Amino acid sequence: MSARPQPLVVGAGPAGIRAAAALVAAGLRPLVVDEAPACGGQIYRQRLVQDGRSTKDLYGSEAGKAERLHAAFAALDGHIDYWPQALLWNLRDGTADIAVAGTSRRVAYDGLILATGATDRVLPVPGWTLPGVFTLGGSQVSLKAQGCAIGSRVVFAGSGPLLYLVAWQYMKAGVEVAAVLDAAPATAKLNLIRAVPLDAGIVLRGARFVAELRLRGVAIRTGVEGLRFEGEGRVSGVAWREGGRERRLACDGVGYGLALRSETQLADLAGCTFRFDDRDRAWLPTRDVAGRSSVAGVYLAGDGAGIAGADAAERAGERAALALLEDRGLAVDRARVVALETELARIGRLRDVLEAAFPFPAHWAGAIDDSITLCRCEGITAGAVREAAKHFDIGEINRLKAVSRVGMGRCQGRICAAASAEVLAAATGKPIDGVGRLRAQAPVKPIPLALQLAADRSEDAA
Amino acid sequence: MPLLRRIARKDHAAIAFTLDGAPCEGRAGDTLLSAILSRTESLRRAEFSGEPRAGFCQMGACQDCWVMNEAGERLRACTTPLLAGMRIVTTRGRSA
Repeated sequence: MSARPQPLVVGAGPAGIRAAAALVAAGLRPLVVDEAPACGGQIYRQRLVQDGRSTKDLYGSEAGKAERLHAAFAALDGHIDYWPQALLWNLRDGTADIAVAGTSRRVAYDGLILATGATDRVLPVPGWTLPGVFTLGGSQVSLKAQGCAIGSRVVFAGSGPLLYLVAWQYMKAGVEVAAVLDAAPATAKLNLIRAVPLDAGIVLRGARFVAELRLRGVAIRTGVEGLRFEGEGRVSGVAWREGGRERRLACDGVGYGLALRSETQLADLAGCTFRFDDRDRAWLPTRDVAGRSSVAGVYLAGDGAGIAGADAAERAGERAALALLEDRGLAVDRARVVALETELARIGRLRDVLEAAFPFPAHWAGAIDDSITLCRCEGITAGAVREAAKHFDIGEINRLKAVSRVGMGRCQGRICAAASAEVLAAATGKPIDGVGRLRAQAPVKPIPLALQLAADRSEDAA
Repeated sequence: MPLLRRIARKDHAAIAFTLDGAPCEGRAGDTLLSAILSRTESLRRAEFSGEPRAGFCQMGACQDCWVMNEAGERLRACTTPLLAGMRIVTTRGRSA
């Protein structure tokens, strides 16, 4: 066969959709693989069935963007191959192993665009494993996609723009929001003044969320320390310290998160070089302004490559696809390239400001009590991790995993890796970029042992 | 008291399934997680600590919401649509 294999786009959120659309516009037919049953990613996630709510009810001010993206993807029907509910679980030698409908298919690709998205970043606090405590993103998914509130009297705690957005969405849905507990001091929000020239709309929207929450009597507390969730068998309250005073509130649901972290496992399996990002306190795959990774033919776009939000993801997805086309020697619209890169630069500056307004409370890591579960899959406590680090004189995260099992469970460190690195750094006195990067392992998510191998594996069909 | 409270789809078609042998009912459009947690307080017990768990991320990342069917197949509750006749088994009732 002389035809080149098709490009592979992983993820059908804002970045993946725009990437696929740009490839199709240039006459290519990509394969789009996505874990969800329908396109949209987490931010523009769709319901399994209609439920009487409008897109405005679901996506608020972003309803127009959601509708346009869903429509753009629907318009690709017949021009792409699309595997929903499919898990790309391994990458090797230019092929991808994809679990779909009980079968594992090995697919050769020519050009790989990773648009793998993000999940909530968390640090363990007492009670964080209690039923009724969900991530901020999870709280939002529950309400948006399932029409289920995580409780009747809910507290939202942590940091990041999602904190106020999700609290406001719950309030609008008629759920009692008992409080918003912001880890950042009130003064951090003064940074948002610098965001006005970059995106006045986003600043005004945030200010409106806070004003409307206050108007409804929702307590908004800042500079929250010593956060903990309480309850027997399920969450029944939240306690914290504020200006040296202990405070406590009853609730039956908690949304918690400290902004987002990129899903980088596939970039790792693809062989991409990583660098430490000081702002996000995370190892991220290196990329040029167009989204080219260190590996030829592998492109990175959206929050999976570094947190920048949905608007940036749309543009980065399209830009990465244009890079793939350029690298194939195909003509691209230079004016469009410049416009996309200009927009991405602006949003990048906005992200710097948002990070200053919603800082990550890294100092919480050193304060995590020895008794607290750090790795919820394997049930490893912070104390066990510190003890292992001390006993074996370990200052590197992969060695720590080998002796303590932290990060070795079903989630492959998605939930605990950032926290484990912070705890290890705090325990050893090393800087956070000095404890190494947890390496990804296939399968990146659990797959059934009984998975059938597809008979039409493309490597055999050559 | 169930963990989740329905805001939408309250009158959608009932979907019958069994939970640890007992008849149970979800609504059309439910994930397994929503169907179970709008009836109960947890999904499973953690293997090592025995603590109750009820999921965390609701987007297929944290792997904290696994249940089983009676055939012994593992199902991630937050990404599995509820189907009529599912026979779901959990470790909720087990002690540590």
